[in-house]
Amino acid sequence: MVTSTTGNAEPQPRPMETLPGATVRLAGDSGDGMQLLGTQLTNTSALAGNDVATFPDFPAEIRAPRGTRAGVSGFQVQFASEEIFTPGDGLDSLIAMNPAALITNVSDLKPSGILIVNEDSFTEKDLKLAKLEQNPLATDLIEPYRVIRIPMTSLTRGAVEALGLSTKEADRCRNFFAMGLVFWLYSRSLEPTQRFIEAKFGKKPELAEANRRALQAGWNYGETTEEFASTYQVNPAKLEPGTYRNIMGNQALSWGLLTASQQSGKPLFLGSYPITPASDILHELSKYKNFGVQTFQAEDEIAAICSAIGAAFGGSMGVTTSSGPGIALKMEGLGLAIMMELPMLVIDIQRGGPSTGLPTKTEQSDLLQVIFGRNGESPIPVTAARSPSDCFDVAQEAWEIATRLMTPVMILSDGYIANGAEPWKIPDASSLKPIPVHHPSSDEIDQPFLPYQRDDLLARPWAIPGTPNLMHRIGGLEKEDGTGNVSYDPDNHQHMTNTRAQKVANVAKLIGDAEVDGPETGDLLILSWGGTYGACTTASRQLRAEGSEVAHCHLRWLNPFPANLGEVLRRYNQVVIPELNCGQLRMLIRSRYLVDAIGFNKVKGKPFAVRELVERFRSLLSNPVHQS
Amino acid sequence: MNPTLPVLKASDFGSDQDVRWCPGCGDYSILAQMKKVLPELGVARENLVFVSGIGCSSRFPYYMNTYGMHSIHGRAPAFASGLKITRPDLTVFVITGDGDALSIGGNHLMHCIRRNVDLNIIMFNNSIYGLTKGQYSPTSPQGHVTKSTPVGSLDFPLSPLSVALGAEATFVARSIDFNTKHLGATLLRAAQHKGTSFVEVFQNCNVFNDGAWSYVTDRGTKDDHTLVLEHGQPMIFGKDRDKGIRLNGLIPEVVNLSDTNVDDLLFHNEQTDSPHVAFTLSRMHHPEYPVPIGVFRSVERPTYEKQVGEQIEAIQASKGVGDLQQLFKSGETWTVSE
Repeated sequence: MVTSTTGNAEPQPRPMETLPGATVRLAGDSGDGMQLLGTQLTNTSALAGNDVATFPDFPAEIRAPRGTRAGVSGFQVQFASEEIFTPGDGLDSLIAMNPAALITNVSDLKPSGILIVNEDSFTEKDLKLAKLEQNPLATDLIEPYRVIRIPMTSLTRGAVEALGLSTKEADRCRNFFAMGLVFWLYSRSLEPTQRFIEAKFGKKPELAEANRRALQAGWNYGETTEEFASTYQVNPAKLEPGTYRNIMGNQALSWGLLTASQQSGKPLFLGSYPITPASDILHELSKYKNFGVQTFQAEDEIAAICSAIGAAFGGSMGVTTSSGPGIALKMEGLGLAIMMELPMLVIDIQRGGPSTGLPTKTEQSDLLQVIFGRNGESPIPVTAARSPSDCFDVAQEAWEIATRLMTPVMILSDGYIANGAEPWKIPDASSLKPIPVHHPSSDEIDQPFLPYQRDDLLARPWAIPGTPNLMHRIGGLEKEDGTGNVSYDPDNHQHMTNTRAQKVANVAKLIGDAEVDGPETGDLLILSWGGTYGACTTASRQLRAEGSEVAHCHLRWLNPFPANLGEVLRRYNQVVIPELNCGQLRMLIRSRYLVDAIGFNKVKGKPFAVRELVERFRSLLSNPVHQS
Repeated sequence: MNPTLPVLKASDFGSDQDVRWCPGCGDYSILAQMKKVLPELGVARENLVFVSGIGCSSRFPYYMNTYGMHSIHGRAPAFASGLKITRPDLTVFVITGDGDALSIGGNHLMHCIRRNVDLNIIMFNNSIYGLTKGQYSPTSPQGHVTKSTPVGSLDFPLSPLSVALGAEATFVARSIDFNTKHLGATLLRAAQHKGTSFVEVFQNCNVFNDGAWSYVTDRGTKDDHTLVLEHGQPMIFGKDRDKGIRLNGLIPEVVNLSDTNVDDLLFHNEQTDSPHVAFTLSRMHHPEYPVPIGVFRSVERPTYEKQVGEQIEAIQASKGVGDLQQLFKSGETWTVSE
């Protein structure tokens, strides 16, 4: 144990309050280490047995001008002793490292919530950088909150003084001071962070020691100050028995791809081009060369998908990853993969659009792009992950469908899922589902070989180069059924167009029915897809607990829809579709099923808050838009 | 040659599809030479893949009884790279044209070449867009009158071999569709090179740009307008082999052998590390100079796919082959009991 460096007297005994959960946001400059602080708080809470969910929110600029509102980086985490599905709405506490962080985040703090500020960074200069005429700490803006002003900069400098660091180096330890204080407030162990410091700074002993001292000083400050009336405790959640770890969305997706590759015995080839918020998949998979993974940072988005298609032709698991603007560039290549009927995965980590849009913010506005955004009649299966850990399963299911039906499959995720984290129950690798893949040999094929001969689900054989006597040519021109030779015959084109569509429709035979959480019939059905799963689940359960007849159906496949979906939709008086776009799934549902679904739409770069969903659903229940 | 391989003839490489290029197109000649050369490679048909983009030349794979992919405009090097990196056992050709490779696909061409993926890129240069019926291409001369440039094109043309050399190519060559013997020998050299081989083939489009290369194909003039590069040999050309190329400083000049010693001529060395002389040769254009054909540059550099394999092997040797369960349990975990 590191000794106190604050030189304070014996800690005061403090009452400890037990909470079902807490939502904390850490906000500071993008160089202040808020993401690190948040990650540590998340991991520590997970290790303490809480259910956790996170929402990192950072600017697109790597280092926006210091102290400005544009440069504010935030990390929100909810930890709870019950099952949770979102990083929380209203904040129980907010840590604001400067005036810009305070002013841009304080409105999310619940009344009577705890507001901890670094008092040292509220100078005239800081206020000016945040474009504030008045110090908000001197206004009634902060009236509703329990404000705790701490001179964190000077206390941190004091804590590390004896180590002879420069002022700049000393100030970099401030986030560890804040961390120590938050850990004290929520009765979290310092141990995981101490281990982290050792692993991260072990090679620079003086920095490791400084961070350790700052961390301890923050903790000690909490114990000695009289500003906090009590500390809080959040008991372990009753999660299913098993061994858990924390996992982020892009990491889970990477591991899911790796698992799919192993389970199918197909080497993984990732062709990718850097783009926010998808690059982490390229980074993550690049670490797994020991699994035989080949990652190829292509010259552009187009080469990324084309190289993956080339790999697929050769019999590998071809994957390409991107976000909206990159997906737009890949569409011609994707059309070719559809025409050549090769299995591959295209992954779209959605972000705010159009164009460059909001690179670091979340949105669900690529749905229609991925379903329709190609020339010609070019359907593909589309699936969407619902949470960070779900990405692991989605990747495997998508690969199973791709190989079973010989088609590219689109996986949708979004910035919220990609960067969010939650506990993941570690599976037993030996019990994971195998994904059978077959390449025909010439012994089992009657000559002449027909590369477009189809099986019961209309899939064609995946014959790969190197196989004697199965030489064939594929390409973008329309194929003659069976032979795959170029054909401009009108009836053949109609037939092949219908066949490609029916093949994708056949996916519905493999994916199972849509399931409903809640009553089988009722006043309101919430229909959701992708990253809004958590908020919609929480909102529907809350309303049911209040006695409302509300059910929730979450779609895992957006193309095709589950076979029973039309029937499910008709069982409820009203159907509402909340989406972080302007009504894209709603358009599909209305045109497909002629159900007059109601939209609830938002494009603010932020996920839905549970309370805004609950409010909207309540109003639909009391004032139905459609009377049955 | 692998003794178990059947002996193949040129005719074994033809597919059952009718060839649909215009009668008289230079592509026929290139197809014939390719079929003739392939048996010499000693590679089984099933291990050969032809990947093409879009354009007249890109129909090529349909006419070969090998594996093939007729892909999308300009992207053939990217498809072929993904294939070759994952399947280094295959012999992969990229068939492309001047529009496909240098205009819409310029980016992929450059990056494929610098990576040195072991692909054989054969670029049919007819200096025109044929399949879209006659617009000017990136190699059309300035002032070229076409459907899209009725008063002459303004674009300054690219020299394909200069582009390839600028992209750090390890093998660069040029040949001519109707010079069948030279073309066959050049295709064979390209296929034998380990790394990206870039071959420009002057190809006549007798419909939209007839005679673009007549100065190097017409019986009467071709020897005076062509310089056949031969490794280790002095650069001598002309019907009577009475002219040569000498370097004056950094500038090549045409000299008469009647008043110049052969030892003072430039001797061709395709294997020098420095690409400078090869680049200088790639700048020799008609009518100032005879146009060089043959292998400009052929140097060794590890192929991309070989290095990919070596990285994987080295990491597997040091860390062991990856294990999913170990990966899942790496880092901090906790256990929830019953």
